[in-house]
Amino acid sequence: MDQVISAEHLVKIYTLGDYEIHALRGIDLSIEKGGFVAIMGPSGSGKSTLMHILGCLDRPTRGKYLLEGEDISSLDRNSLARIRNQKIGFVFQSFNLLSRTTALENVELPLLYNNSYSKERIEKAKKALCLVGLEGRENHYPNKLSGGQQQRVAIARALVNDPAIILADEPTGNLDTRTSIEVMEIFQTLNESGITILVITHEKDIAMYAKRNITFRDGKIVKDEIVHARKIAKDELLSLPETEPEEDA
Amino acid sequence: MRYFQIFRVAYKALGRNKMRSSLTMLGIIIGVGAVIAMVGIGEGAKKMINTQIASLGENLLTIFPGSHMAGGAHSGAGTMTTLTEDDALALRTECPAVSKVSPVVRSGGQVVAGNLNWGTSIEGYSPEFLSIRSWSMASGTFFTDQDVKGATKVCVLGETVVANLFPGQDPVGEIIRIKKLPFRVIGVLSPKGQNAFGRDQDDMIVAPYTTVQKKLLGVTYVNYLIASAVNRSQMDAAIDQITELLRRRHRILPGQDDDFTVRSQLEIATAASSTSKIMGLLLGVVASISLIVGGIGIMNIMLVSVTERTREIGIRMAVGAKGKDILIQFLVESIVLSLIGGIVGIMLGALSSKLISTIFHWPIFTSVSAIALSFFFAGFVGVFFGFYPARKASLLDPIEALRYE
Repeated sequence: MDQVISAEHLVKIYTLGDYEIHALRGIDLSIEKGGFVAIMGPSGSGKSTLMHILGCLDRPTRGKYLLEGEDISSLDRNSLARIRNQKIGFVFQSFNLLSRTTALENVELPLLYNNSYSKERIEKAKKALCLVGLEGRENHYPNKLSGGQQQRVAIARALVNDPAIILADEPTGNLDTRTSIEVMEIFQTLNESGITILVITHEKDIAMYAKRNITFRDGKIVKDEIVHARKIAKDELLSLPETEPEEDA
Repeated sequence: MRYFQIFRVAYKALGRNKMRSSLTMLGIIIGVGAVIAMVGIGEGAKKMINTQIASLGENLLTIFPGSHMAGGAHSGAGTMTTLTEDDALALRTECPAVSKVSPVVRSGGQVVAGNLNWGTSIEGYSPEFLSIRSWSMASGTFFTDQDVKGATKVCVLGETVVANLFPGQDPVGEIIRIKKLPFRVIGVLSPKGQNAFGRDQDDMIVAPYTTVQKKLLGVTYVNYLIASAVNRSQMDAAIDQITELLRRRHRILPGQDDDFTVRSQLEIATAASSTSKIMGLLLGVVASISLIVGGIGIMNIMLVSVTERTREIGIRMAVGAKGKDILIQFLVESIVLSLIGGIVGIMLGALSSKLISTIFHWPIFTSVSAIALSFFFAGFVGVFFGFYPARKASLLDPIEALRYE
């Protein structure tokens, strides 16, 4: 099976003055195409550091990292930016949308940096918004959207460039239960269509929507297991008490 | 990123902080406006001085006879009577760098027309007077070589003389009496106003020099000569040729002093134009300083903007913006700020120049080159002062930038 991510002995050491902080102490990890992995662990366990390295925002101190077979560990800043643009989609806890910029333009953002034509950009961005169920809200500004909707715009932005993997850092951290499940539903739907997803979370509940759970502690993987009693978001939503349908703020 | 997109993003970013953007631009607007207006004033002054000098006569040379020495005391230049009509004729034929020559014979006295009279100067010239002194006729005609040959009693009046002798009338064809002799008025000179020394140049009567010599003064010498060089670059050659010729004609031995002096308009012109050049330079420097201050304002605001938008920079980098993309984005913002400021500044500068010239009657000359120069200078200020903040933005670490609150 194709490996999207293949990391060997990843080590990350931060130097703060005289201290050395060992954030990652030799991580071996491979994620196959179409995988849906949740990484759990207490804060300070190194999961964010791993996410930064896997997301090409940072480079490992030692070790080897192959993304779709391409060795990332020794690339320079510009090449990393290109990889982020073409192969990685980020979803953040705090959404990180550009304010005073419409949903459509937020989704277009990655396409601005790979010289796409305007027509193509708008087409792709509309399609991505459609995939996350935000048709008709293209020209809304983030501050006119609910938290769930904002996160869906962010997911659309992560999707728009057909990335090899979507990296989501606590995507439900700022959302209520129902909206969290809605977001996970989108991830599950996207995953079913073949997109590889890696979610970082410290909520066990959320991790149960993934296919595979990895637990971190002190910069090491302590548990790596297949989720047996996997939750299906669609069913969960049906069992939740009916609430008012989400209104535009 | 495509160019159009870069400008669109910059435009939107600036539009988000309209107040701040316009205040930042104000620095550039005032700077460019000041440069345009100040350079305009400098250019205008230069032009005015040039036209004043040109009004004395194009490439004018004046040949005075030497000073008279009596008992060791030098009288002023022109008190001797060593120059003659023949000298003038010789200059005209033998000096290739000299295009026109006119003897000058000056007299003065009371002039009567009907029941009015006016004391003025009567100056005798050859018909070349008009072109040597860059003068023109308001009405009638100037006298001819025939009049000079025949020493006819015709004259041409200056504006001031007309105003005093023929108020509200056309004097052409009338008879006036100069020292009891009747002269026929054949023309009126166009008004020229005061010369650089405050003398009213229109208060005179011009007649053929032979007439002044024979009919009014009864002399054979001339007071001095005026001449035109072929062109400005031939002035020095003309002076040399005149000196050489007159020394030969006056039989002055080598080692002896000249008995005449040749003066050119060029000396005055050079002094005046270098003064106005220095003035223009000073004004330009002062105005440029305000443009630089405006540039510092841009740098200040761009630095604030980079800090404020750290998170935006992080987001852009996370989705694939290279350092270069961020650099260009912020650089273009500062260039757009300074260029819009430049355009408004040019309009403001042109407008205030117009205002100053109308209110204070100063000649202001707004040149296209000054406009183009200050526009490019504004653009340069944008690049120069925008580069540091933009570079700072481009070097941000995406992880740190995303964490920034």
